[in-house]
Amino acid sequence: MVPEIGHFALIIALCIAFVQALVPLAGTSLGVQRWVATAVPAALAQLLFVGISYGCLTWAFLSHDFSVLYVAQNSNSELPLIYRISGVWGSHEGSLLLWALVLALWTGAVAVFTPNVPRGMRARVLAVLGLVSCGFLLFIILTSNPFERLLPAATQGRDLNPLLQDIGLAIHPPMLYLGYVGFAVAFAFSIAALISGQVDSAWARWSRPWTNVAWLFLTLGIALGSWWAYYELGWGGWWFWDPVENASFMPWLIGTALMHSLAITEKRGTFKAWTALLAIFAFALSLLGTFLVRSGVLTSVHAFASDPERGVFILGFLVLVVGGSLTLYAWRAPLLKSAAQTQLLSRDGALLLNNIFLAVVTSAILLGTLYPIAIDAMGGKISVGPPYFNLMFILLTAPLGVLMGIGMIVRWKSDSVARLKSKLWLPALLALTAAALLTWLLPVWYWAAFGGLAMAVWIAITVVLAIHERMRNRSLLSALRSTPAGFYGMLLGHLGIAVFIVGVTLTSLYNKEKDLRMAPGDTYSVAGYEFTFHGVRQFDIDNYVATRGGFSVRAEDGDFRVDLFPEKRIYRVQTMPMTEAAIDAGLTRDLFIALGEPLGEGGAWAVRIYYKPFVRWIWLGAIIMSIGGLFAASDRRYRRLARSPSRATDAVEQSR
Amino acid sequence: MIRYALPLAVFVLMVGLLGYGLKLDPKKVPSPLIDKAAPEFSLAMLHDSSRSLSTADMRGQVWVLNVWASWCVSCRAEHEVVTALANKNLVTVVGLNYKDKSEDAIRWLQQFGDPYATSVVDFNGKVGIDWGVYGVPETFVIGADGLIKYKHIGPMTMESLEQKVMPVIRELLS
Repeated sequence: MVPEIGHFALIIALCIAFVQALVPLAGTSLGVQRWVATAVPAALAQLLFVGISYGCLTWAFLSHDFSVLYVAQNSNSELPLIYRISGVWGSHEGSLLLWALVLALWTGAVAVFTPNVPRGMRARVLAVLGLVSCGFLLFIILTSNPFERLLPAATQGRDLNPLLQDIGLAIHPPMLYLGYVGFAVAFAFSIAALISGQVDSAWARWSRPWTNVAWLFLTLGIALGSWWAYYELGWGGWWFWDPVENASFMPWLIGTALMHSLAITEKRGTFKAWTALLAIFAFALSLLGTFLVRSGVLTSVHAFASDPERGVFILGFLVLVVGGSLTLYAWRAPLLKSAAQTQLLSRDGALLLNNIFLAVVTSAILLGTLYPIAIDAMGGKISVGPPYFNLMFILLTAPLGVLMGIGMIVRWKSDSVARLKSKLWLPALLALTAAALLTWLLPVWYWAAFGGLAMAVWIAITVVLAIHERMRNRSLLSALRSTPAGFYGMLLGHLGIAVFIVGVTLTSLYNKEKDLRMAPGDTYSVAGYEFTFHGVRQFDIDNYVATRGGFSVRAEDGDFRVDLFPEKRIYRVQTMPMTEAAIDAGLTRDLFIALGEPLGEGGAWAVRIYYKPFVRWIWLGAIIMSIGGLFAASDRRYRRLARSPSRATDAVEQSR
Repeated sequence: MIRYALPLAVFVLMVGLLGYGLKLDPKKVPSPLIDKAAPEFSLAMLHDSSRSLSTADMRGQVWVLNVWASWCVSCRAEHEVVTALANKNLVTVVGLNYKDKSEDAIRWLQQFGDPYATSVVDFNGKVGIDWGVYGVPETFVIGADGLIKYKHIGPMTMESLEQKVMPVIRELLS
């Protein structure tokens, strides 16, 4: 009964989505206020029904209803509670339902939290979101119904994919989706503005907090995925340039560009067409990401989720949404006029360069990701490897790092070379000296380490300089009071990048890796630590059998000691072996042990030991960046300033 | 204004590429055994361990080797499909009982029905290695000339039986 209610609620939600998409749009173009007014209640009603539907599927998981095919395929009576909740998005059908729920949540948030946006504009935004929602709900109902029954019911479920039975991956998809789908809001604002012709500073101001929040969730989502890959796949890597990783990284890069370009459009009224285009691209790349993950066009670690037939639907949807938007863009964008000229030597110019670099990096990644399909189309099979991506990425982002420091100091509108020189020669010199000193302290001198550290120190120093510039000629108290949260958001975002650079540089250059054969009692020394193996023992836990190795680790100098227990797990139902690495995490280094295969008699095992300096800084950087995003989104300006101009435009719209 | 239509043009090109990509199947792992002679085995029969069956015994007829085990959940799902195939009485269906305890396997067949003409016991999975089995269930179609003509990875469904496996069998029989 409950699954049928869920299915039915989903169909009602689809009907409401159609209303939400069509009625307000007709209302704004025909000037019927009562039609315009349907947008908000429709958005909230849609949220209610998608929520009911989602609740029903969760209930089916919680109550072990194996007469629901999806539950039978992705759950098991021995599956722990938390993975029954996260199991809802453990496979294709449920994760699409989560997608729809997240979209409904964002739509509901737009309906509630935009009292300052003129009614006509809000109605258009909600209508565009309703259109997107129609597509996804149709997709679920027509091709991927999660409520399909299995008759006769299975006595036992096939269990959740063991790879997904992990806390990091349990929260990775919701975060990622909040980010992906969040760009739908910026996209909807952009489309609504293109339809109405109102692409201006006010529009940019409305879009900014939504873009920031979406971006911060995407940042966290990607970081979680990377963290999971690090400890769960047992390879000790944190980024593989896997097509699906790229699919989440491209919207992030374009989203980053969008945040910056929205800043120019709000402040200076320039780059309007470009900003609108970026908003379309950010969401288009999110959809492309969904397409790549769900269609099986490319093979990757995530390929368990793929099905080519559904790919046709998503591709069709992609064509409608993105093709339609770009057509609208091609038609309307030529009408947009910039309010001012742009000088290269100004903050506007620095932000423009930032946008260009980010767009080029994204294109290069897109090229590398799709190239295998192009080659396949011509009859070969290749995959583009990390060497291409690493080289390309470092070459193209190094100028961005330099630019970041300049961008925080340079003035809006125009600036002079002399002023910049006088401000920046000391930070540059300091950065180079500090980096030289730090690299000299490291075990081996690498020029790459010097370069990476110089970049990180440079960004950190210019962050301090930017604060200093802000505080100058003001008392501390008044400076603190008058400084908008967005400023701190920017500083934290950039500081996060600096921390991230330190992590990436030091981990990739100074990590130590040993593949060993260890018998019980053996001791090996890696990077100043002694690892002693004490043999393995078997354990019987919930839904798997674990072979747990015992290791004790001791620092050669100093009295640091720790015991680590890496595991090899066999999940009973799917008989799938999993590696569970044991990690001693620290701010300056991780010690990482993964158990391989048993080697012959005497209890010897293949063991992999990693020493990973500063690897935590990679995710720490991402966390700092997303806190920056939170600051930027919470800026008072977005709630306060919007009022007066919005009234004016509202009046204009009504008089039309 | 051509430059504003440029994004659209690039997008159209990309969609063409993606559309083509959909038609290709990156997961299709061409089995190196297709059109090669079926690997030799001689294994004890499940129901009568004193007798054995070998690849050579099957020479001269079209037959199907279905790899199964009592511990394999997907095999239970596939069971009715294998039964449907056997009931057509077109080809001999031999079961390769893979890494299984014989008493469990016999009980399993008693409970769900035995579609196999014969099942042979591959207790330690050695024959499975020769045949390139990397998951249970798997299904091979072997021609009268002893060459492997088709390999299905994972559980067959009624759909894949009709659309993929049966056409191969019909062609071999004609």
